[in-house]
Amino acid sequence: MPIDYIPILAFLIFALMFAVGTIAMSSIVGTKKTTPEKMMPYECGVDPIGSARRRFPVKFFIIAVLFIIFDIEAVFLYPWAVIFKDLKVFGFIEMGIFILILFVGLIYAWKKGALEWE
Amino acid sequence: MDLAIPSIDIASLGPELILSIAAILVLMVSVFLPKERKDPACYLSLLGILFALASSVTLWGKPKYAFNNMIYVDNFGLFFNMVVLITAGIAILMSINYLKEEGMSHGEFFALILFATVGMMFMAIGSNLITIFLGLETMSISIYVLAGFLRERDRSNESALKYLLLGAFSSAFLLYGIAFIYGATGTTDLKGISVFLSEATYLNDPMLLAGTGLLLVGFGFKIAAVPFHMWTPDVYEGAPTSVTAFMSVGVKAAAFAAFVRVFSYSLWNLQPDWVLLMWILAVLTMTLGNIAAIAQTNIKRMLAYSSIAHAGYIMVGMVASSELGISSILFYMLAYAFMNLGAFGVIIVFERKGEKNLDIEDYSGMGFKYPALALLMSIFLFSLAGIPPTAGFVGKFYIFGAAVKEGYIWLAIIGVMNSLVSVYYYLRVTVVMYMNEPVKEFTGITWSPSMVIALIIAVIGTLLIGILPSPYLDLAKQSILLMM
Repeated sequence: MPIDYIPILAFLIFALMFAVGTIAMSSIVGTKKTTPEKMMPYECGVDPIGSARRRFPVKFFIIAVLFIIFDIEAVFLYPWAVIFKDLKVFGFIEMGIFILILFVGLIYAWKKGALEWE
Repeated sequence: MDLAIPSIDIASLGPELILSIAAILVLMVSVFLPKERKDPACYLSLLGILFALASSVTLWGKPKYAFNNMIYVDNFGLFFNMVVLITAGIAILMSINYLKEEGMSHGEFFALILFATVGMMFMAIGSNLITIFLGLETMSISIYVLAGFLRERDRSNESALKYLLLGAFSSAFLLYGIAFIYGATGTTDLKGISVFLSEATYLNDPMLLAGTGLLLVGFGFKIAAVPFHMWTPDVYEGAPTSVTAFMSVGVKAAAFAAFVRVFSYSLWNLQPDWVLLMWILAVLTMTLGNIAAIAQTNIKRMLAYSSIAHAGYIMVGMVASSELGISSILFYMLAYAFMNLGAFGVIIVFERKGEKNLDIEDYSGMGFKYPALALLMSIFLFSLAGIPPTAGFVGKFYIFGAAVKEGYIWLAIIGVMNSLVSVYYYLRVTVVMYMNEPVKEFTGITWSPSMVIALIIAVIGTLLIGILPSPYLDLAKQSILLMM
């Protein structure tokens, strides 16, 4: 029934209003005194040198792809850890297979030299 | 909290598991082997396919649900499993020498073919929209990579990128359709949807119809139905030829398996709503495919448009959707697998590194220089055109017969007329081969043993199904007997 989805709609509207509202409020209420330090990407830390929009080695790309894979692995591991006791041996074996397949992927990436920086 | 552990029935997933393990092994073998010796990888993948085929045979005739109704291993699914396994096997046999000549003989190629095949098999046996979607993605992602496998070639890259972007777009359509169907019926289970629709009193729910339309777009893209066909010529032309052969048959077979299961079974109660749409799509697909194929000068492009036309013929069977209609779809798919793979095989034998010898012009005088190759090409093209005594003729005969029986006489007439148009461009290649003088020096062809085996399988399949069709039609009829 469409009526059942009203809370979701209300939530969506609230989220939208909250996001737009806070940004609008800060730009209306906030003071606008700019100093060179404030305009920098990082107020404290290393001073930026040159533009950020430049070419960078493709190696970063491989690392990023590998990161996604193991990030997703972590996403699946956390819920499993939470209900580990309920799933018993079944869950253990299933996750074992899952991790094994990812491990094969890691071996592949390793042998292909994806983990070597030079 | 009490969790229901799903029933595990490893045996019913036998073929898929064997193939997945084989794919992982191929990946490991290929990465640990020295660069020059990649043969074990292809033998291992062929072995995996043989075992998976054997495992499919043992499951035949015992339909059952498994994994909490996520898959349904029935003869229909197993029939398509066997078709895609045969396709993968022939495609691998055709690739071995081709990849060596292109200097791209990597074991990953075979692993990707196997992973794609696993995805196709899941599409065929999936009895839940989620399983079907997962299978589709597993298949598609592997195929995107395969299309760009000749990474030093611009066209191959273009083909992969085009297919990836449009494919991702179409997946979103399919997923959106699944979401709508779930919203309207409260389930993604195919049986559940069918039960819901048979009990529902009000079928004109906009949400349901929108979902059905979006699913039609999603599947229409994968089978290359007009107007969702734009990617086909470019992708088929740019991809490595053996990959084109694999995707023109495998992807189509798997997508049709899921398409038929969803539309002709699950959404059957909406048939009055989608049948007219399907009718129009079938006519458009046949007509545009055939007419555009006439104008092509590149043989891979021509076969790409021809494959669009064949998708149209198969959709005629879906419009009919009777028992005869669906079994003729299965029959046609089997026949199409052999004849299309065969035609691409001949192209691979004749093709030279750097996309040479791919124009229809280049085939001039081939009939005198390489009589065996020209004869094979003629048989496959005759079959694609639907001339007896080949598999293509019988396939078309059953499809159009089914349409007439269900009262879609005009559709059958348009189909036959299209088939006549197609004779022109298929025969043109034969004419060029036998009646024209060679336009340039032939550079010599190499017959590798694996390619010879692949071509022999394809030609035997094409002729055997054409001359003795009844056992295969019985097989197709048996396949749908216990469907769902």
